[in-house]
Formats: sequence, structure tokens, C-alpha cells
Amino acid sequence: MAALLEVKKLSAGYGSSLVLHGVALEVAERGITTVLGANGAGKTTLLRALCGMIRSSGEVRLRGELISGRATEDIVRKGVAHVPDGRGTFLDLTTEENLRLGAYTRKDKQKVSEDFDRVFGYFPRLRERRHQQAGTLSGGEQQMLALARALMLRPGLLLLDEPSFGLAPLVVQGIFQIMRRINQEEGVSMLLVEQNATLALELADHVYLLETGKVVVSGPSSVIRNDEAVRRSYLGY
Amino acid sequence: MEAFLHQVLSGLATGGIYASLALALVMIYQSTNHINFAQGEMAMFSTYLAWDMINHGMPYWGAFVCTVAISFVAGIIIERLIIRPVENAPVLSVVVVFIALLVIFNSVAGWIYTYTIKTFPSPFPQQPLFGNRFISSHELGAIGVTLAVLVLLYVFFRFTTLGLAMRAAAQNQVSSRLVGIRVGWMLALGWGLAASVGAIAGMLVAPIIYLEPNMMSGVLLYAFAAALVGGIDNPFGAVLGGFAVGVLENLVGAYVIGTELKLTVALVLIIGVLLVKPTGLFGKVFVTRV
Repeated sequence: MAALLEVKKLSAGYGSSLVLHGVALEVAERGITTVLGANGAGKTTLLRALCGMIRSSGEVRLRGELISGRATEDIVRKGVAHVPDGRGTFLDLTTEENLRLGAYTRKDKQKVSEDFDRVFGYFPRLRERRHQQAGTLSGGEQQMLALARALMLRPGLLLLDEPSFGLAPLVVQGIFQIMRRINQEEGVSMLLVEQNATLALELADHVYLLETGKVVVSGPSSVIRNDEAVRRSYLGY
Repeated sequence: MEAFLHQVLSGLATGGIYASLALALVMIYQSTNHINFAQGEMAMFSTYLAWDMINHGMPYWGAFVCTVAISFVAGIIIERLIIRPVENAPVLSVVVVFIALLVIFNSVAGWIYTYTIKTFPSPFPQQPLFGNRFISSHELGAIGVTLAVLVLLYVFFRFTTLGLAMRAAAQNQVSSRLVGIRVGWMLALGWGLAASVGAIAGMLVAPIIYLEPNMMSGVLLYAFAAALVGGIDNPFGAVLGGFAVGVLENLVGAYVIGTELKLTVALVLIIGVLLVKPTGLFGKVFVTRV
């Protein structure tokens, strides 16, 4: 399978302190790649660097095209949707307005209205909350909204920053099931950053382990899952 | 009773003008958390442009539309050239920039047009409309124009994609970038719109208070009071505050302290609101769950 996203020697950080030190990774077309790591390993920084929210050096290619150094707004227009740390919900706007903003860069207005039904199909709860202020949604609903907003872009690549964060286990399972459906039914590739290693390993086909800004282990998730050292430090059994 | 009704109605007319300027202040405040102290002087300068065009023989409404358009572009240019470089500067630096803008506009207007007081024409007839005895045609017209502007702004922000993007950019810049909104341009557009709305307020108030470089200082104070009363981050509050301040100013001036001391009403309101309810009547009560 050809790589959709190709990252080489990516270094990034905040101010003068570097967080990522020469990270290399790939996301396959229609694949799900996950990056596991403890707090402070640089997972969120990695996603921010990929979509141009912070300065970085190195090479990021999307379908072979160099996108590193481009503005976030332009990378979005290439079909990269980022569900950020903290979900990035527009709290004062309604659910529907949040979704409309997800499709902001799209020109095919006709299809956008069809896509409302498509995402409400995945998340029926959001249809009920359609005209409600997003700040009044529950944590789980806000996470659904964040995913739904990203889907409204009709992305080729989804960057997901800890979608399980702060949610009840059942809610998390529901969201992960929907992520799998989105990947299988629409062929959206995903780069998932997680602390919940068990769930992430089940979903992903490829895994990278990040420690203090460096990739220490990588491989197909079926192999990594059975790796003794990984199991002990990340899965806890 | 007739006199009272007259005071209320003409209070609504000036109140609408305060409401427009208050709305201009709120638009910029919402996206940048700064009060543009130069908003009034920008409006005054726009009014001089309109006066110039009318004096050169342009029909009133032609000059009106041109002025609104020029102010829009000028607002965008000011944001790009002057405000953008101090975007991340400390609050006081930004305040100094605003005050510099205020002084510059004031002096340039005085330099070009002199400080002599000028009359500014009203597009509405001299005689009161419909033979009523309570409100002049200009006041009635001003209320009409204000309401039209408010409705247009509401429709723009509520129903158009660009309006939605501007609201989003004002709320959450990072998330806005992530959905592809060019935030810098949205802020500039906000400045353009605010300058246009201010220009309309200036042209509507000039026939009442006459045209001179210091004409907007009082109006800006009332607008500021209006925005604070309604809640500085709430456009609806600012508009209601504007009408309320206009009526209050007239009634207190006519029946309590006399016209000379009217401006103190604004100051008392500002201090009162800050002391008693700093968020204003409709200020944001944050409803959120984690």
C-alpha cells in the first residue's frame, strides 16, 4: 500500500525547547496508524506539527506533496482534518453551526447538506442536539461533535488527539466503533494518538511508540501487541 | 405628557445612533478583547468625507453609500497596517495605539476641514412626517436607518457562512484555523464592518449635533456606556443598552439635571455598571460542561 502521509526527521517544539527529535512515520492509504506514548512523550506536539500549528523542521508529505511549512488553513484545504486536544468545540455556537464550520472550505454546497445526514447517521444524538449550544453538550457528545465536524470536511486523513480522554469506558467504546466504521465504509485514513493502548492497538494496523520525542518501537499492531516489553509498559499485564 | 413623549422618541433616535456605535465597539471587542477608543473619531472622519462629497454636488444617498464603502476599506487597511503588528502586544501598548489613532484622526480632520462648526444635511424632509408633533423627520429617519442596519447585520452574522466564520474566529482562533478559516482576514473584516457602522452613526448624528472634529467624543462616551450596560460581549445587549441610554439621557436631562450636565449620565452609568454588575445586563453567563 502506498503511504498517504510520510514524515521524515520531524523536529518541533515550543520556543527554544524541542519536544520532537527527528520523528519518522507513515500512514498508509486507508490505514489506521496509532502513536502511543506516556504524558509528555510529544504526541500532541506531533499532531500540531503535522498540521502546521507550530513551527517544525523536517519533511511532511501528503500523497507525495510537501506540506510541512504550510499554514494550517492551507493544510486543511488538502483534506487533513484535526480533532485536537481539548476537542476544539466552538462552545457558544450551536451543534449545527459547528458542523457547518467543519465544511467551511468546501465548495460543493449541495453535497454538504447530504453530509449532515451522513454524520447524523453515525451520531444520532447530535441530530437531537442540532440547535443546542455546543457548550451545553456532555463530554461524550462534544467528542462526537468534534469527530462529526472533522468528517464534514470529507477528509482524506483524520488526525485524532486522544478521543478517549476524560470519557466513560462505554462512551469510548462507542466512539472507537464509529471510528472503525468511518475507516472501513469511507476509507478515511487515520493517525490516532492515544494513551489507551489496548483500544488503540485493536483499532490500528500500524503502531509507533513515542518516548521523549523519539520513536522507539514501530511495527504492525499484531506484532507489537505480543511484544513482551510493550505489553508490560503500555498494556499493564 | 406631549413633552414627555417627545423626549422619549427623540431619545430613541439618538439612542439608535449610540446603539450602532456601541455595536461597532462590541464587534471589535468580541474578537480582540480591546475597546477601540478611536471608533468615534474614525466615524467623525467618515462623516467629513460624506460632507465633502455632498458639497461637491453628490446626491446625499450616493455620498452615503460611498462613505460606507470607503470606511469599510479604510477599516480593513487600518487593521492590517496598524493593529496587526501590535496584535500580541500588552494591553496598554494597544490602548496607546488606539489613543494615537484617535488623536491623529482628530488633528487631521481639524487640519483639513478646520475646527469651525459646520451644518450637515439630513436626507429627510424639514417638516415632520405624517403631520405628527412628537418627532422630527430626521429623528424618525435615523431610527429607520438604524433598524435597517441592525437587521442587515443580524442576517449577515446569523445566516451567511462568512458571518458564521467571523463569529467563529472571534470565539476560538485555534479551532477556526483548524477548519480552514483565515482568522487574520476575519479580524480585518470585523474592523471594516465596525468602521462602516460607525460611519453611518456619524452621518446620522451630525445633523443633530453639527459637524466638527470633536463631535463624537460625547457620542462615543454614550456608546461606551451603552455597551457596558448591555454587556460588552453581547451585541443584543449593546443595542438595547444604546436605546436605553438615549432615552435615559434625554429624560434625565429634561427633568432632573438639565441639558448642560447630561453627559454625566453616561459617566454615572459606566461607573455604576462597573461597580454593581461588571458583566452588564446581558453579559455572558458562561454555560459549559466539561
